[in-house]
Amino acid sequence: MRLGLNRIDRVGVVVALIATYGLIAPFALFRANRIVQGEGRSLLDALPPSLGMLLLAIAAAGIVVALLRLPILVRLAASFVLLAVLAIAIGSAATFLTPEGNSYARVSPGSGFWMLSAAFALLATDSLARMRPSAWVRIAILVATAAAVTLVLISGLWNGLSIMKEYVSRADTFWTEAGRHLTLALGSLVVAAFAGIPLGIFCHRVEPVRSAILNILNIVQTIPSIALFGILIGPLSWVAANVPGAANIGIRGIGTAPAFVALFLYSLLPMVANTVGGLASVPRDANDAARGVGMTDRQRLFQVELPLAFPVILTGIRIVLVQNIGLATIAALIGGGGFGVFVFQGLGQTAMDLVLLGAVPTVFLAFAAAVILDAVVELTAPENVNAGRKEATA
Amino acid sequence: MRFGASFIIRLLVLIALVGFLAKPELFAPLLQPLTENGAPAIYVQASLLSLTLSHLLVVFAATIAATFVAVGLAIVVTRESGAEFLPLSRSLVNIGQTFPPVAVLALTVPMLGFGEWPTLIALFLYGLLPIFENTLTGLTTLPASVMEAARGTGMTGWQRLIKVELPLAFPLILGGIRLSIVISLATATIGSTVAARTLGEVIIAGLQSNNLAFVLQGGVVVAALAVLIYDTLLFGERLAARCSGLSQTA
Repeated sequence: MRLGLNRIDRVGVVVALIATYGLIAPFALFRANRIVQGEGRSLLDALPPSLGMLLLAIAAAGIVVALLRLPILVRLAASFVLLAVLAIAIGSAATFLTPEGNSYARVSPGSGFWMLSAAFALLATDSLARMRPSAWVRIAILVATAAAVTLVLISGLWNGLSIMKEYVSRADTFWTEAGRHLTLALGSLVVAAFAGIPLGIFCHRVEPVRSAILNILNIVQTIPSIALFGILIGPLSWVAANVPGAANIGIRGIGTAPAFVALFLYSLLPMVANTVGGLASVPRDANDAARGVGMTDRQRLFQVELPLAFPVILTGIRIVLVQNIGLATIAALIGGGGFGVFVFQGLGQTAMDLVLLGAVPTVFLAFAAAVILDAVVELTAPENVNAGRKEATA
Repeated sequence: MRFGASFIIRLLVLIALVGFLAKPELFAPLLQPLTENGAPAIYVQASLLSLTLSHLLVVFAATIAATFVAVGLAIVVTRESGAEFLPLSRSLVNIGQTFPPVAVLALTVPMLGFGEWPTLIALFLYGLLPIFENTLTGLTTLPASVMEAARGTGMTGWQRLIKVELPLAFPLILGGIRLSIVISLATATIGSTVAARTLGEVIIAGLQSNNLAFVLQGGVVVAALAVLIYDTLLFGERLAARCSGLSQTA
């Protein structure tokens, strides 16, 4: 440690640099209508003068907290306060910049806002990473954040923002597509779990087929998602046309059916591979002990192997869920719905607010799913691991 | 011998791929049954070969850039002076991997406009994660005895890094690059929704004109590229692992 420098936090230096740039860069973008280029408005121009100065002062204080080696809880609290203040500020910037009664004008967050948010999100992430909160605390923080965002959304604070204006004009479709997105992601996960876990058990027990099945599933993963979604259109339209009753239960060449099947196929590899991996990691002694007490193969599977392999299988479910939430976006390209509808419509119209309306919920869902399932994996793992170790050393 | 059979299969895949890209019209009769109303069976708006080359160019450019940055960052955070960044960088990699590729792509477009750049940036950012993660694992799980020995012989920090740490972590780094390339090969196709010149163009044209032959040829070429590149790199990794005298760990 060098003298003088030991009071400066190095991560804080990065946070401070990003935040300082954020203070200089345009805080909000103003556009006369939804598709023209935006003009940047600096922090002091984008907010009522008193509020602008206040934000500047709070941000400066946040930078100082980031730079100094203060207790982690102080840093964490400072970062959350800053993020909350930024959320409020961008809402009032939208109200402040939109001329009275003008429904064409659009205000969206500028690079300054994003940089400031990124800087303090970085500080929050760093504090959390250093604190190593337990699984329950992580879930609690996620729930609290989601609740805060919901509150802000309900309060109408962000109603002046362009992304919310896109939402208002599509409120009905938004929830329909949200429902379809979740149905696709979760439904294919459930089906993949019911098919993948038995397939994994089969692969574990019957060694000769193991590498063949895993190789085929590996190759499926290398097919680009847009192609796999498209390739399934053919077989499924054939099924719809030729299998009696198939069309009645919603099987069609385009739409949800090929998207569902594609997501299912992508989900199989992590499910099967993790089931095989989990079963392979069951200590030999545990199996020997189970055999020794006279358990049948079936009893051994359900009472010993599967419980011990469960955390690894759950990790597979986590991988699948996060991957599916992202991939379900592609379903929109073949008429399968989901948040991708807004992303691709937005890209087509070069209306970036519309893109965000699809992308932001997708990112949030994927992130939330990862946090929750990671926590669940952690909560289920320790006892099992210990149990396994005990058995192994017994 | 298993190696022989799988090697021959890959060789056949390679020959079929090269043949298809060089003379796609020869394969037209195979694909014709998939089209309707006399639609063309082979994509002709652009040559498949040139699309494949620009697809590979985008992927390799992004991966090479990602490799330098990711390995560099992993080296920095595993030095004593950068240790403060270690917990943060681990979390960032975990968070980054939950970002869907489409979202990364869609969010880069507002900043860079349409064309190759958003795809390149999205692939670069997405490609950073596996390489960084693997390099980090490689550099943080070196056997303590080896590090002791290196210090004992009076190597400087720099010498240890170049002569001991990086060579030992090399197979794992290659593993990260392999994962990154395979993900990028598939993700690059989505780049065509924002007007990048990749094989996704063929697939999207197929989706838009309801031409299954286009979708299939685009998809199969990408999948074949991915399988061949994956296996080549895996082979390289095993070779590297054998040279460094350690069994492969990932």
